[in-house]
Amino acid sequence: MSELINLSLTDQVLGLGDKSFSSKEITGAYLNEIKKKESLNCFISVFEEESEEKALIADENIAKNKARPLEGIPIAHKDIFCIKDKKTTCGSKMLSNFISPYSSEVFSKLDTAGAITLGKTNMDEFAMGSSNETSFYGNVLNPINEKLSPGGSSGGSAAAVRANLCSFATATDTGGSIRQPASFCGVTGIKPTYGRVSRWGMIAFASSLDQAGIIAKNAKDAAIALKYMSGFDQKDSTSLNEEVKDLQKEVDADQEHVIGIPKGLIENIKNDQVRDSFKNAISILEKDGAKIKEINLPHIEYSLPAYYVIAPAECSANLARYDGIRFGHRSESVSSLEDLYVNSRTEGFGKEVKNRIFIGTFCLSAGYYDAFYNKALKIRNLIKSDFDEAFKKVSSIAMPTCSNSSFELGSISDPVEMYEQDIYTIPANLAGLPALSIPSGTADEMPIGLQLIGNYLEEGRILNLANKFQKLTDFHEFK
Amino acid sequence: MSLNNWQPVIGLEVHVQLATKTKLFSSSPIAFGAEPNTQASEIDLGLPGVLPVLNKEAISQALKFGCAINAEISEKVIFARKNYFYPDLPKGYQISQLDDPIVGKGSIEIKLGEKSKIIGVTRAHLEEDAGKSIHDLYSNNSAIDLNRAGTCLLEIVSEPDLSSAEEAVEYLKKIHSIVTFLGISDGDMSQGSMRCDANVSVKKPDDQELGTRTELKNINSFKFVEKAIIFEIDRQIKKLEKGEEIIQETRLYDSKKNLTRSMRSKEEANDYRYFPEPDLIPIKISKDQINDVRKNLPELPEIMKERFMKSYELSDDNAELVTINKETASFFEEVLSYKVSPKNAVNWITGDLFALLNKNDTNISESKVNPKHISEIIQNIEDQKISGPSAKKLLEIVWSEGGEIQELIQKEGLEQISNDDEIERFLDEVISENQKQFEQLKSGKDRLQGFFVGQVMKKTSGSASPQVVNKLLKDKLSK
Repeated sequence: MSELINLSLTDQVLGLGDKSFSSKEITGAYLNEIKKKESLNCFISVFEEESEEKALIADENIAKNKARPLEGIPIAHKDIFCIKDKKTTCGSKMLSNFISPYSSEVFSKLDTAGAITLGKTNMDEFAMGSSNETSFYGNVLNPINEKLSPGGSSGGSAAAVRANLCSFATATDTGGSIRQPASFCGVTGIKPTYGRVSRWGMIAFASSLDQAGIIAKNAKDAAIALKYMSGFDQKDSTSLNEEVKDLQKEVDADQEHVIGIPKGLIENIKNDQVRDSFKNAISILEKDGAKIKEINLPHIEYSLPAYYVIAPAECSANLARYDGIRFGHRSESVSSLEDLYVNSRTEGFGKEVKNRIFIGTFCLSAGYYDAFYNKALKIRNLIKSDFDEAFKKVSSIAMPTCSNSSFELGSISDPVEMYEQDIYTIPANLAGLPALSIPSGTADEMPIGLQLIGNYLEEGRILNLANKFQKLTDFHEFK
Repeated sequence: MSLNNWQPVIGLEVHVQLATKTKLFSSSPIAFGAEPNTQASEIDLGLPGVLPVLNKEAISQALKFGCAINAEISEKVIFARKNYFYPDLPKGYQISQLDDPIVGKGSIEIKLGEKSKIIGVTRAHLEEDAGKSIHDLYSNNSAIDLNRAGTCLLEIVSEPDLSSAEEAVEYLKKIHSIVTFLGISDGDMSQGSMRCDANVSVKKPDDQELGTRTELKNINSFKFVEKAIIFEIDRQIKKLEKGEEIIQETRLYDSKKNLTRSMRSKEEANDYRYFPEPDLIPIKISKDQINDVRKNLPELPEIMKERFMKSYELSDDNAELVTINKETASFFEEVLSYKVSPKNAVNWITGDLFALLNKNDTNISESKVNPKHISEIIQNIEDQKISGPSAKKLLEIVWSEGGEIQELIQKEGLEQISNDDEIERFLDEVISENQKQFEQLKSGKDRLQGFFVGQVMKKTSGSASPQVVNKLLKDKLSK
């Protein structure tokens, strides 16, 4: 049955529909593969029995012609999404004992669409990290080369898709946490427009930047999965009350593209292989009929510092609720209220999370707010206007996803060097724009990604362009 | 207390719990006295992944208050996170407002005897309440009840325009009357629906700058506000006259010992690290919305008082008394709807009924006595069907047991006997039993007249009309 797990989501839906195979078979195949590749450490929890039961129900529904759009498709959720009565850890010791009493909207929507949740994927602690090394549950190995990092923070989801442990996986992206691991693992990852997917039940890192998305085998699969995850949700005030487009249709539509390339971008790519593969990808698209235009994004060079003020600031407040009082880790050695706070948080949080809480707390402190936080907000607005201006001329913007391919686990110890992993991905988060990463070549024999950024709510356009690229190339195929 | 030429300068921060059906950011119901932690949803508990959704009712209630005090209304409402750790603050931050409070500058007029004074209101903003810490339930642990967490508060901040404890109480009473007339709060201080902090300082009349202030917390009744401020003014004056300095600090009022004591100094004060709440988008308030609220404002106490003086010819004092709160005013008007004289209605309500309310420490809406009772008692007196003492007795019966006035008059035999023949029979009996006294009365001992009337009243259990007895006795004497 191992060939079933290699199939694209599109083919799996078709095969289940015409009863070429059953959900029981495909679910069983994935569960086997998960067991076989346990050493990759992709999953924090696996729901074996429950998945098998749900597969039987799915097969019944299919037999009765009552199949829902994703009926019987086995998927995985990043362990940042709350699922009722399931452990939801966010990769942290702090929540290693947290059983959620409610479900996230992302889970509910995909569950309602008929998908089967095989388990919950490993991630950097509270989504803070670019290598999956900050997880309390240990790092994930890159399935292509196990010495290397799968990227982060959605490393578990990207590696699980690459290793054929699920049909597709949900993920989240605050500064590149979907696109960078997708690039490292040679898979397709999309972060939609901020507000397109509900954040209800998705554990917050930086509320104004966090956005749920999809990691899948290819753009077409990502389009289908995203379609069933998107939509307005009253429970999330920042959710957009806009119609959900039929991405499945749009991904294959005949669309014309004008691709913008930021002035000075190509010359500034330091890695030769990354630069060459980027130029190659652009020329493939150009030959296919896309128009290429130079655009100006004068302020994106300030993205990284602005991001590393705003994200930690929001995180310092978002993570204040982990105080050992109502849920989560509570220190045993407590003799006062102060102890309870300090010891529970000291023991429950890892180093990177603490770093960011410190940075954020500092940036919001009296006397520093204007110098840091307010200034960062101003930069953010300038970056948004840069993009608004650019999208008057182009339908998408291309950049590399990352300035390098995957690196060896444990090789980056300087936090700032790690933060620079996000240099190309952060601008889309600051502006709230949809952005995706597709495999576009290799550097040092490891995949690298092409990033496409779209205008607000134009996920369909960048998916369409990505699909075009994947029809012309085989970088996305697992070899 | 001797002011010794010192001028107190006082500003109040009043927290009013709004009478919304659900909490400010969740759909949990609000009811006082429910079992601990039964009115707290995942949002109120601050579970990982939850998001706030603004209760629109709170906005409209805050607008009512703003319009009632003729305040500036902000065009957009922005919420901010106020960060601090406390066990009954589930998220580790309170969602409050810093910039752009919903209600801006306004004013409230207070009466001080014959004079009146305008007190400036700096702002009024919406915020969520915290839960309650309970320290006396278990011997070694504190308990937390989160039922109150997330309830809607309107914090009304005054200018430092108050110059005595008496003025502070008048101001607080005025706010109480405004919010209860608007129906936006029950204003019940004993249940914490209205809470008050006071900023107190003293200065010499010539001083240009204000003295160092202290903030008094926990003064949750009109009486305590007065006592705490008086104590604090006295404490500050004594200190200053000894040449000592006032320390800027927060002080807690101890109502049992009637003193204030230091809680924390300025140095220990929290840096709340306010920043805009990223989970909520700014709310726009249109001119139409404000006009709509203004048009539909209920009649406020001042206007109602004027109307009562004019239409019912009440004195200033009486009109003030029956407009003391909304319940009393509606009670009064309902009594009048049964066509009794306004003067009698005021006398019964503010006299005998108020006495019973005060004695039993309750309010008019909770008493068994309803407007129909009062109107029927008055009508029966006006029609000379019952005597004054009987009326008082009736009120006491309905106060404790309720019931129908006509039935009670029958049952208790309180009907006044005004039939001359019947009363004459009783009088004759009394005369024959007291021949000696009657002779004395006849011979001019006038003070015995009361004795005979009294005896007849006794025989008829008070139901004879004293006027008729007197008239008949005079007839007999002149024979």
